[in-house]
Amino acid sequence: MNWEPVIGLEIHIHLKTRTKMFCRCQVTYSEPENTRTCPVCLAFPGSLPVPNERAVEWTIKLGLALECRIAEHAVFHRKNYFYPDNPKGYQISQYDEPLCVDGRLVVPGEAGDTEVGIVRAHLEEDAAKNVHLGTAEGRIAGASATLVDFNRAGTPLVEIVTQPDLHSAEGARRFLQLLRQTVVELGISDAEMEKGSLRFDVNVSVRPEGSDELRTRTELKNLNSFAFAARAIEREVERQIAIYESGGEVEQETLHFDPGKESAPPLRSKEEAQDYRYFPEPDLVPIEPPAEMVEHARGELPELPGARIRRLAADLDHAIALDLVTSGRDALYERVPGDRRAVANVLMNQFAASGVDPAAVDAEELAKLIEARSRIPRDRFLEALTKSGDPGFSADAYLGDGLVADTSELEPIVDRILEANPGQVESYRGGKEGLLGFFVGQVMRETQGKADPKVVNELLRSKLASR
Amino acid sequence: MTDTLRLTAEEAMGLVERGEVSPAELHAAYHAAIGERDGELHAYLRTVEDTGGIPIAFKDVVSTRGVETTAGSKILSGYTPVFDATVAARCRDAGMSLLGKTNMDEFAMGSSTENSGFGPTHNPWDPERVPGGSSGGSAAAVAAGLAPWALGSDTGGSVKQPAALCGIVGLRPTYGTVSRYGIVAFASSLDQIGPMTKTVRDNALLYRAIAGRDANDTTTVELPEPVQIPEAEDLKGVRVGVPRELNEAEGIERGVKEGVDRTIELCRELGAEVGETSLPRSVEYGLACYYLVAPAEASSNLARYDGVRYGLRVDGANVREMYEKTRDAGFGDEPKRRIMLGAYALSAGYYEAYYGQAQKVRTVIAQEHAAAFESFDVLVSPTSPTVAFKLGEKAENPLAMYLSDVLTIPSNMAGLPGLSIPCGLSDGLPVGFQLIGPQFSENLLFRAGHALERAIGFDVVPERLR
Repeated sequence: MNWEPVIGLEIHIHLKTRTKMFCRCQVTYSEPENTRTCPVCLAFPGSLPVPNERAVEWTIKLGLALECRIAEHAVFHRKNYFYPDNPKGYQISQYDEPLCVDGRLVVPGEAGDTEVGIVRAHLEEDAAKNVHLGTAEGRIAGASATLVDFNRAGTPLVEIVTQPDLHSAEGARRFLQLLRQTVVELGISDAEMEKGSLRFDVNVSVRPEGSDELRTRTELKNLNSFAFAARAIEREVERQIAIYESGGEVEQETLHFDPGKESAPPLRSKEEAQDYRYFPEPDLVPIEPPAEMVEHARGELPELPGARIRRLAADLDHAIALDLVTSGRDALYERVPGDRRAVANVLMNQFAASGVDPAAVDAEELAKLIEARSRIPRDRFLEALTKSGDPGFSADAYLGDGLVADTSELEPIVDRILEANPGQVESYRGGKEGLLGFFVGQVMRETQGKADPKVVNELLRSKLASR
Repeated sequence: MTDTLRLTAEEAMGLVERGEVSPAELHAAYHAAIGERDGELHAYLRTVEDTGGIPIAFKDVVSTRGVETTAGSKILSGYTPVFDATVAARCRDAGMSLLGKTNMDEFAMGSSTENSGFGPTHNPWDPERVPGGSSGGSAAAVAAGLAPWALGSDTGGSVKQPAALCGIVGLRPTYGTVSRYGIVAFASSLDQIGPMTKTVRDNALLYRAIAGRDANDTTTVELPEPVQIPEAEDLKGVRVGVPRELNEAEGIERGVKEGVDRTIELCRELGAEVGETSLPRSVEYGLACYYLVAPAEASSNLARYDGVRYGLRVDGANVREMYEKTRDAGFGDEPKRRIMLGAYALSAGYYEAYYGQAQKVRTVIAQEHAAAFESFDVLVSPTSPTVAFKLGEKAENPLAMYLSDVLTIPSNMAGLPGLSIPCGLSDGLPVGFQLIGPQFSENLLFRAGHALERAIGFDVVPERLR
């Protein structure tokens, strides 16, 4: 039997507002512990939440980018549970009346578009951070004590829940890349996994291909990169298939990965049906976004990454179009004239490695470099790229005399000529080194004199010596 | 030294304004009175030396920067706020300074102040009796001349009922007119801070100082009109409705009924049009509805007392055990009872039947009151079905205790303002008269209350202290 993976995602992103969701403390990732706190985010008796209007606006903006319906009446709910990182004993979140519902994100791909339904996008506050002492990895098991850092408590957090519309690990990776890029371009979040400003959980199940049933799912937590998530999904899909094929049943459980050690097997825990006793937060009035505000925000949406990928893919492979857009280098790509594939390849390879800010680059100069790249020695070309973002950068200094110096272009020609003249090669190796001039002449004839003789000489010497 | 027994806040302000007495001398006089009489009454949990303004007492539910604030609970022993509640800051801005923090039922849960974690308060009219609750400390302090005025908090009747039982004036304001920022929460959708005073004019003065929108409490609004300090001596043009169910409820003592009926007659004499009206569902379902909504919110509001950040902590082998031991040792029986009730009402599978249903009933109660206000400007009834009862009399019977608030709860559920004024004595104990108005009708309540107060001529000094 063929099996189809069924994958849904739950993504949390920190909004990069200046202040927290319900108080005026600064949002921070780097300040010393417990220095960005106040009576509200420490849950002192009598303190009350005041919603961050910018966070509400930005969530609406994201909802619009995800083609959601923006609620006319949205409500904050209390999610009640005890944990030291949850100072009020409840998290202010949203429940059955979230800000954004029923959206979709279309992920372009070689085989056409994949539409992923967005169940909801809602606004909530992040918890504080528990710091476990007494173990090397800072994990709770075996810890001698736990301290709480409340700097993170109350950071605005948007939770996005997808339909189980994804059917491959690669598809999930692409969705996450596209969503991340969308959020970054909207200017509402850094969405950096290393920083913790983007986190996600994955729900995975499998079913016989062609069926539309939803079988028992497992939840994958603490995945620390898109690539790792893709590998973990693949492994989990294989595991579930193996269980069904041996006549077993998949159990509903949560797999907690170790963010420090990808290779470590995940810890498993039974999913407890926890009762969060949700009820409408009586300290806050409902959010009723004015229609004009929503329409204004809709009008201000930029061209979104998904649309741009589709546009770029008219000239390029989908994979590289996706990479260009999700790496944020597509704007430069569009500015640099020249052969589309060549420009895309350089941008995604050598240019990407240079670490230069695409926005700082003079597109005309870069175009000259790319056009002449086969005639520039490789290390000179790379050097030129690292300087391409410098103010006043000119490609002229690197364009040289117009000779082909690129070894990757010259090498096949040299090889061909050596192969075609086995006798001369033999003689050269026998001591007639004067034959070098003969080989150089052959290469020059082949390249109609455009090869850089210095590079040709070096290539020939090393090839003849190594045979 | 100034005699504090009869001194109203307005008179105290006059003395200071005219330079006859300094604020420090006033404070000294009140501290002397506290030294003399509070040993017996236990109205205060702690007093402070803060002598710069007109003295005022705060129920211990009001956060005061640098002054321990416990809400009557051992779980908050030793907790000293780093910030002032908005009402505390507004009182200071209006020229007041703190005498001390008054006793209360733990987390404002109770009607007798017997549920305090720090021992009960006694009624100045008869120390064998309760002062009512949960703002019993504030009520007793004002009645016994231990403070010119005080702040209480009212969730189901916690300002109005103790005001009635101690023979003083208490206002529960319209929900949303007084900031809850810095008020230790019991039930967020019901809690309101209210003034407790010797006179209606004092009450209006204190309400004027604390009311109005606060950016730190998004459920507050700007008052539609400024607070007027009442001067009227008649009730001409005022339509007074007498809701049958609130005046004939089971358990209303005869002496209470007589006092209230006399006062209704007085309304007529002062020029009011008096008529009968009806609030059948509000009275039938109000109490039940309240005992779902308030405990549900309380179960969540009290979750923060977990021993992690402040207040009491009892160590355990792990965090779960620490929570359990801390909360077991820190909370008294009544908060535990309400946390259990509330958690149950919110739990999956019961939410719709209990909390969800109660919220719908709440809408019905509000609609029923709104309908009554189409024909009447104010509704009147006894504040409490009984006069002050003896300590211990209801302590073992939570349901009997809950019935103390049966007449104050319905309008509270509707978010409406209510004023309790003393209207006479029954067997030597004060009887409270409740005036309920539509939202934001405080000015009308003050006007009517003031006219009645003048006509009744009640002596607010307890007979045994005269």
